[in-house]
Amino acid sequence: MTAHHHPSDDILLSYAAGSLDEPTSILIATHLALCPACREQVSKAESVGGELLNDVKPVAIQDGALDVVLARLDEGERGQINVPAPAAVPHDNDLNLPRPLTDYIDGSTKSLPWRWLGPSVHYAPIASHTKGPKVGLLRIAPGTRVPMHGHSGNELTMVLAGGYTDGTGNYTRGDVEAADDGLVHQPIADAGEECVCLVVTEGVLQPTGLIARLVQPFLRI
Amino acid sequence: MAVAESRDKNAFSHLFSHYAPRIKSYLKSRGANDASAEELSQEAMAAVWRKAERYDSSKAAASTWIFALARNLSIDAFRKEKRPAFDPEDPAFIPDPETAPDTALSVSETQSIVRDAIAGLPKEQSEVVRLSFYQDMTHSEIAMELKLPLGTVKSRLRLSMRKLRESFGEEHEN
Repeated sequence: MTAHHHPSDDILLSYAAGSLDEPTSILIATHLALCPACREQVSKAESVGGELLNDVKPVAIQDGALDVVLARLDEGERGQINVPAPAAVPHDNDLNLPRPLTDYIDGSTKSLPWRWLGPSVHYAPIASHTKGPKVGLLRIAPGTRVPMHGHSGNELTMVLAGGYTDGTGNYTRGDVEAADDGLVHQPIADAGEECVCLVVTEGVLQPTGLIARLVQPFLRI
Repeated sequence: MAVAESRDKNAFSHLFSHYAPRIKSYLKSRGANDASAEELSQEAMAAVWRKAERYDSSKAAASTWIFALARNLSIDAFRKEKRPAFDPEDPAFIPDPETAPDTALSVSETQSIVRDAIAGLPKEQSEVVRLSFYQDMTHSEIAMELKLPLGTVKSRLRLSMRKLRESFGEEHEN
């Protein structure tokens, strides 16, 4: 089954252009692994890149550069250059997580530094060495109601296992939901299976209920 | 691409004289100085040679494939970041559905549709698309550069993608 909720076109275009930050690109590329329809959009946008490359005003290249490159290639062909990197698959990929996400997780998701965020909700940061928004995994026990909250910046969520439902729809594996400061929602994890999501956050979550506001310090991702 | 089939150095020379100066220009517009743009455009062309066997001329135009190589090199070199990409060999990867042969567009048909679509974009959409591709600007950087609200930048980028889809005769969903 493929995804029903997709990232918006402006993000796909920036990914194709190479101007999207690495944290957001992790989520987009992971979605692309599961979504042939969005891969199609990205490949169209890359064709735009190819056309724009043909269109640029050429800049003079050094004299003899071609010979330098050809000499390098002859050298390279004698050495070992075309060894493909082995796929970095975690030893315990119980959630069948796609690449490139698995490249950012050492070993199993179980060995990540999980933090308690609230009743039945845990969060673990990944790729914390990168600049830009924060990326992490969220685990929500089946049937859990996450406290009603708003957002102080953009947030992208992609479901990897299980699912959840909020006022905007039902989200299952591969689906992406974008939240900005206009969205206040209360996601409820689907019954049955633990819901695991990849989240990319710019701001902090802003709980709207009284009790939720009391736990806000814990909700800080 | 003849380079892929015969590893023909003559064919490579032709590609080199067309693309190396364009890649250099592209890298300079993304912030490289002349020396590193020169070095990296040579590196990009060396990668074209080495990876030529992975290039599938039935799937993408040479310009598109070379653009993607240059883009990835520039992210590695200037941003010191990795470019996360999917892996078709990954067990979790969901492959493309089969396309009926009579509905599939040829690479040259695709390129000519794309070329017309770019030419037909209104100036304000073409501007944000170019800043995105050539200048490596994020949405917020474009917004600052053009003194526009962030939402306007995003909606112009969305409209340009919608135009692109429409020129392929697709329904717009997003």
